[in-house]
Amino acid sequence: MKRLLNTLYVTQPDIYLSLDGDNIVLLKEQEKVGRLPLHNLESIVAFGYTGASPALMGYCAERNIAITFMTMSGRFLARVIGQSKGNVVLRKKQYLISADESLSVKTARNFIIGKIYNHKWIIERMTRDYPLRINVAEFKEISGQLSSIILDVRACEDLERLRGLEGQAAFSYNKALGQMILQQTDDFYFRSRSRRPPLDNMNAMLSLAYTLLANDMAAALEAVGLDAYVGFLHRDRPGRASLALDVMEELRGVYADKFVLTLINKKIVNKDDFYTKENGAVLMTDEARKKFLAAWQNKKQEKIEHPYLGEKISWGLVPHAQALLLARYLRGDLDEYPPFLWK
Amino acid sequence: MAYNDEDDYLMLSGIQHFQFCKRQWALIHIEQQWEENVKTIEGQYLHRNADQPFTREKRGDKLVVRAMSVKSHELKMSGICDVVEFVQDSRGVEINGAEGKYLVFPVEYKRGKPKTDESDVLQLAAQAICLEEMLLCEVQMGFIFYQELKHRVEVSLTDDVKQKVRSVVAEMHDYYKRGHTPKVKTGPFCKNCSLHSICLPSLMTKRTVRSYIEGKIRDEASS
Repeated sequence: MKRLLNTLYVTQPDIYLSLDGDNIVLLKEQEKVGRLPLHNLESIVAFGYTGASPALMGYCAERNIAITFMTMSGRFLARVIGQSKGNVVLRKKQYLISADESLSVKTARNFIIGKIYNHKWIIERMTRDYPLRINVAEFKEISGQLSSIILDVRACEDLERLRGLEGQAAFSYNKALGQMILQQTDDFYFRSRSRRPPLDNMNAMLSLAYTLLANDMAAALEAVGLDAYVGFLHRDRPGRASLALDVMEELRGVYADKFVLTLINKKIVNKDDFYTKENGAVLMTDEARKKFLAAWQNKKQEKIEHPYLGEKISWGLVPHAQALLLARYLRGDLDEYPPFLWK
Repeated sequence: MAYNDEDDYLMLSGIQHFQFCKRQWALIHIEQQWEENVKTIEGQYLHRNADQPFTREKRGDKLVVRAMSVKSHELKMSGICDVVEFVQDSRGVEINGAEGKYLVFPVEYKRGKPKTDESDVLQLAAQAICLEEMLLCEVQMGFIFYQELKHRVEVSLTDDVKQKVRSVVAEMHDYYKRGHTPKVKTGPFCKNCSLHSICLPSLMTKRTVRSYIEGKIRDEASS
């Protein structure tokens, strides 16, 4: 497996990114404020209205360093992608499957199996780790429901029905998600998912975590030669990285939700890290976003054993590993796509 | 063959990949995957010397030409000879821009030392077939310069070797036409492969994904 490199997050809106030799140079009002060798970087994520020189973008495109531009609130704006990696044969196979719903469902259901399986094990772990804090009976019941939905998903041959089963599973899981917030419960709660804009602190963090994950996923898919915009479960919609969203399903809970819960339960964030606008939209403060990104970067370095490959890799490489496995499945090396089944 | 466009010609240098591992060749030449490692960088560095298309040296009765593009319609392959030496000899052929007749010897530069497999020899023989076709001559001998030995090894390019090239190349074209990346036997040589992290050789011996998934979810149902 490849080595995980760093991601540079630029959170100040008035920084200009430029290239000097093999280094990225950060400029603020023409003054140098930072300089980093690019060969240590895997990607660059810039928040707010930042500029980047064409020379830097060209350098990064050639070397597979993803540059992503986000709004200050963490909404995706654009990504710099170089010449798509050769591999026409792989992409054609991807398009062929995507165009055929009965073929798509065979891959799509494995994404959903991964998602529900991982949600189930988040719930099971909670019953083990905090039996005195949570309603164990209810959690066990939800876990049982998820188990039985997984078996239905496994046998599902129809995309519409698959979406129905996914909705059912999400409904059960969401009932447990709010109860996994064990600290600062006056300020942090989860009732349902709200976005554009998020309407509470938890949703504000979930939005940012999902965006970062989707972005890593899209970059990983492009890097192995797949088209991040053509999906199997999520159908084509202009500007939507459907395949990235597909593969990300299995990581939402175990990567993003658990991460956000940790920030709350370990009191790394608190109510002062959020700002509520007049319309109820909740924003993270600049300070909060910095804390969030630093913790996210640490999470990426944590090691985990990949359940199918049996290899120890860092969390940050999981999107890459799944993209690679998907490519290898599409090329006929594997009998099915192996989802990331966490326990 | 269904395709005759010269753009579809295979790369000569691929013979070496193909001999090392058919899957490695397919990943590079069919799937267009490439990953640099120490060895590939060393290889590029070594070739900087050979890669000077605009120089042509005259040394006595010898003319040394570098980075010469060659192709063969018969093999449907093209590539670059690191060095081609033309030695003045009455049994040879006339060449463009030089007086007299010349014998033709391809010279290939390799990092490392002579390999146990035939890959370097076959690559050189394929270059010889190209040169024979382009110059209407016979090429019976060539050289491989090994960086680690710091000297060249003489290679006899017999009809047998050239025949072997033809059959290997036919197999390559067959995979290429089908766009097929073969699964292969893995081995210790996988450790030296620059595509190790893309190929995931461990997948070749892994259990099926079906049993992986069903094993995990059946556990669930019974627990």
